[in-house]
Amino acid sequence: MLDTNAFDLRKYISRNPQSFAVWIALALLILFGLIRYENFGGAYNITSFLNYNSMFIIISVGMCFVIMTGGIDLSVGSVAAFTSVVAAYLSPYGIEVALPGAVLAGVCFGAINAISVVILRIPPFIATLATMLGAKGGALVISGAQTISVDWGSNFTKMGMEKALNILPWSIVVVGFVVIVLWVVLEKTTLGRTVLAIGGGEDASVLMGLNVNRATAFVYLLSGGCAGLAGVILASGFGAGQPLEGIGWELSAIASVVVGGTLLTGGFGSVTATVVGALLLGLVFNILNFENGKGTISFSAYWQMVIRGGFLFAVILFQAKVISGRSESKVQS
Amino acid sequence: MSAKETEIQIGSVKTRDWGKFFRSNGGVLALIVIVLFNIAFTPNFLQMQTLFVNISQVATIAIVAMGMTLVIATGGIDLSVGAIMALAGALAPLIFSSEFGQAYPTLGIIAAIALPLVAAIFCGLFNGLLIANLKVQPIIATLIFFISGRGIAQVLTNGNLQTFSNPSFSYLGTGKILGLPFQGWLALAIAIALYFVVTRTTFGRYILAIGGNERAAELAGGPVKRVKIGVYMICGVLSGLAGLIVVAINSASDAARNGNLMELDAIAAAVVGGALLQGGRAPIFGAILGAVIIQLVKYTLLANGIEDEVALIAKAVIILAAVYIQQARKE
Repeated sequence: MLDTNAFDLRKYISRNPQSFAVWIALALLILFGLIRYENFGGAYNITSFLNYNSMFIIISVGMCFVIMTGGIDLSVGSVAAFTSVVAAYLSPYGIEVALPGAVLAGVCFGAINAISVVILRIPPFIATLATMLGAKGGALVISGAQTISVDWGSNFTKMGMEKALNILPWSIVVVGFVVIVLWVVLEKTTLGRTVLAIGGGEDASVLMGLNVNRATAFVYLLSGGCAGLAGVILASGFGAGQPLEGIGWELSAIASVVVGGTLLTGGFGSVTATVVGALLLGLVFNILNFENGKGTISFSAYWQMVIRGGFLFAVILFQAKVISGRSESKVQS
Repeated sequence: MSAKETEIQIGSVKTRDWGKFFRSNGGVLALIVIVLFNIAFTPNFLQMQTLFVNISQVATIAIVAMGMTLVIATGGIDLSVGAIMALAGALAPLIFSSEFGQAYPTLGIIAAIALPLVAAIFCGLFNGLLIANLKVQPIIATLIFFISGRGIAQVLTNGNLQTFSNPSFSYLGTGKILGLPFQGWLALAIAIALYFVVTRTTFGRYILAIGGNERAAELAGGPVKRVKIGVYMICGVLSGLAGLIVVAINSASDAARNGNLMELDAIAAAVVGGALLQGGRAPIFGAILGAVIIQLVKYTLLANGIEDEVALIAKAVIILAAVYIQQARKE
């Protein structure tokens, strides 16, 4: 993985069978949608699809970093709900205040997770489960359990409702920028390499003199910040801070990460494949909506959860099959 | 000073320091503090009514927490308990309210209790197979039902609240024996049975052995896979039972709320009761103690007019503190 200077497609496929499969699946689904539904390729569908899924892309990428260290962050959904309320309160000052403010609030929750995991040595899922409760409670307290309407007069709603240069929604532009930065961080910096090394073997990383604690703290801060950004998009796109949103988001994010081929045991992962995983999951629901519209099937909203669980199950089965082969090749290289 | 006093009072050969004493009896001390606080500040705390309400509420947490304790003892975790509660709870009214259930009331009730429990066992079996045979991490494997179990329950009921009036089924949640709630006695009976299983059967010893050192247990020729699958099935069926009790208490089944966040309560109760997340300890009565503490904290906050939302934050702090203290004990 480290030695490839030139991009070699065959090598890429043989090393990332699942990531490759996800690209193929995404292409096939898009093709299927284009042929079957006439409005599928329309500007409206593409815009609303990207707008809505930009939130899931960003929390999935944050989650990807956490999972690569062998941890997990179950608090992202509640944190996004909390920060959407924060963003709504800050919206009168404009997006240039609301965006950093809400992201900072998310980073604060990430800091709680980081302290619990790195300093108190509490297992990540317990630590982040507690933060999930705390953020949910906090969101309800600061909002008085009401949705908080944003200030429509300021430029705040631009982020979730308007397009940059009339081409792409602002939300996806911002998310895309962050994702590219994070890709560079993961692939090209010591910090990113340390993140992967921790998941490969924490004790070994410590012995190698890598700054494990710093990298571990970083992934939780990052995941909190990503959830904060998702909260801004949520408030901006729906015109209100939503303290009750975010339920099950952590699961969507985990599913996207896993679908993208990142191993849940850590030590292996890819930002691009996670983005594709998130798009794939989003597309499945997009297509189900179209089918609903056509009347061929009638899925209630409750089916979403069942399908999401089924999807996760299928991917886990797939990973369980390939995981043994990959860990062997890891030893060889 | 006080450390020396305890030493003398206990009078044991082993020397104990105060910190150790606090850690190993922290649960009991916490309970005493909460009860004293309530006697002092909560109006009408020392009433039969209070005892009754708390026992009927705590039984479901305790039952699930005992299953969770067994799972945690193997070094695993089960996030699906709440969803399994919702699923079992949604099935029961569907069965006894069906035509068959109306035509044969007795058979209907038996089926309405047995079939949801069987479904719950299957959920546990599914979790166990993924974890033991496919070596999927417990958090992820049980996440599948955590997501989809409640969805299945909502699909089954179309997301509707199912209300019913069925006195014989409601006995599960409203019946009394010697003036105390039926489910309280049921939880106690389960605790005694599980205590026997953990301390007196090979199955129980293997649970602890797996949690202590899975590889060693396997090399020693232990039936590691079967034991692991077994604990998830037990946890599943106990969750299903708790789901039925909640439905019976309310005379209504709401798939969206039944067992919501129960996984947290159960994990918290197990950990407060002395279970180690790394495995190797299965304090069954500790789980009950933990459940009582969690319930009393909830009750105390509610009875003193503190909002539900703040109670959530309080619970988060309790979980972190309990895990942190347990963690320190291990080291």
